[in-house]
Amino acid sequence: MPERIIYGPARVLPGEQISISTNPDTEPYWRAAKEHRLTACQCASCGAFRSPPTPYCPVCSSKAKAWPDLPGGGAVFSYAICNKNPANGEDFVYVPVVVEVDGAPGVRLVANLTGCNAEDVHIGMRVTVEWTEIQDGWVLPNFRKA
Amino acid sequence: MTWAHQDKCAIVGVGATDYYLRGKSWPRTMNDMAGEAILKACDDAGISVKDIDGFAYYAGASAGYVDKFDSGSLMETLGMQQVSFTAALTSGGGGSAGGVGLATAGLMNEDCRYAVTVMAVQQTPNARLGTIFGSMKPDPENSFLQPSGLIGPGHLMSVLARRHMHLFGSTEDAFAEIVMASRQHALNRPKAIRRTPLTKEDYLASVMLADPLRRLDFCLETDGAVAVITTTAERAKDCRQKPAYIHACAHGASRAWGRAFGWMGMPDPEFSSSGHQFVGDRLWAQSGLSAADMDVAMIYDHFSSMVLAQLEDYRFCERGEGNDYVLAGKTRYDAATGKGVNGGVPVNTHGGHLSEAYIIGMTHVVEGVEQVRGSAINQVADCEFALVTGGPAPIPISGLILRRG
Repeated sequence: MPERIIYGPARVLPGEQISISTNPDTEPYWRAAKEHRLTACQCASCGAFRSPPTPYCPVCSSKAKAWPDLPGGGAVFSYAICNKNPANGEDFVYVPVVVEVDGAPGVRLVANLTGCNAEDVHIGMRVTVEWTEIQDGWVLPNFRKA
Repeated sequence: MTWAHQDKCAIVGVGATDYYLRGKSWPRTMNDMAGEAILKACDDAGISVKDIDGFAYYAGASAGYVDKFDSGSLMETLGMQQVSFTAALTSGGGGSAGGVGLATAGLMNEDCRYAVTVMAVQQTPNARLGTIFGSMKPDPENSFLQPSGLIGPGHLMSVLARRHMHLFGSTEDAFAEIVMASRQHALNRPKAIRRTPLTKEDYLASVMLADPLRRLDFCLETDGAVAVITTTAERAKDCRQKPAYIHACAHGASRAWGRAFGWMGMPDPEFSSSGHQFVGDRLWAQSGLSAADMDVAMIYDHFSSMVLAQLEDYRFCERGEGNDYVLAGKTRYDAATGKGVNGGVPVNTHGGHLSEAYIIGMTHVVEGVEQVRGSAINQVADCEFALVTGGPAPIPISGLILRRG
């Protein structure tokens, strides 16, 4: 067996180095995040979810959107382990993770995972949303080991 | 159904600059390097640069990562008098093989007579591909990816590799074998950047950049330029070299793959694929051939795990069996016999992006041409068909089958 690399605690990248931008299609998602509500764009006509939010439902072409509150849980679909802060190259263990979000079939969010050692993350691991304040007053959904 | 333009066009000239480590090509300029590649390709073809009347770019006519080719500027530099076809495939390196297909579109539509496909790369400190996503300004779409710290293509592909390991039990041993085979092929290549032998211990000592992928799983970051000239089969008869016929060529991808470099919403099995099955199946349908008919395969190897995934997508092996296929040595070239190993098809006999140089797919096109000409350094015996791929990358990705003239 290959030697297992020990990374230690997985951290969330510092919010002060993260910026986002929005447009009218995506802004409701980010406005909900500001209020610590996890949502996803749902077609108000056929019920299909999509992420990122786009003007048309790719299933039925409707422009009607709903923004339901989601329970905030999810499961790790895949991940990588990185060990340098991209902003400055300093040692910093973080785990970019693809999370399948509960209550919104097909929606995945790409975020950071914390609350455990990086080497203990595994596909299928249960996670819950937690909120990171970022630049310009926006709030980013990240995840913590459930 | 057989492609209507099968073998009706050919690559007749190839040209390249030296290859430089990232940033080391300075103070050469982009047009200096592109010009050298184009002039050498014309010389190879036995035509005047002033015969070129078509430009068939890919990557949106990008030159590296921040500049764009401008046909007017190239014409002014090289003296072409008029141009009647100037077009590009969209997006990025996924279109490298498809740029040649675009050239056939211009030729078969009788828009032009000699088309050049060119790429030049110069990675100055503010134009480094390895961390390109991290340095982009936030936009409404990448705001769903960029905050995660997946700062470059390799970081994204490591997430796909992880899923492949989870679903199919593939191993770092297979990634190591892909890298070591690539290095073996580069040892006798005078222009290769990495041409010292590589052991498994060397591989395992390479630092993790985005676990499960190590620095050595990431391709080189190099500077340089490569150009190829495509013309009709009829005109190819008057050229200096044996033609490398365009036997099949396709670009595109499924909607599912289009999520791969954005928000990672692909379902299985696309998530752990290279997205190439759509393009591969079009090539096989156009040609009536299969992976087993290829004599050599130039597989776009920006990251080792994506070689494994492409071998599955092009059906060199079943999905999920790439690990065992690779570990059986089937991507290696055997210099003693001039053939593959264990019934495999030799992959990246030029050392690829991992060991020779990274000019965004163009060195793969050149090696495909040299293999079907019979003039390659690591020449495959009796080489009739060469597969060349572009991407995995944002849509379009592409593939090309070259046939011996």
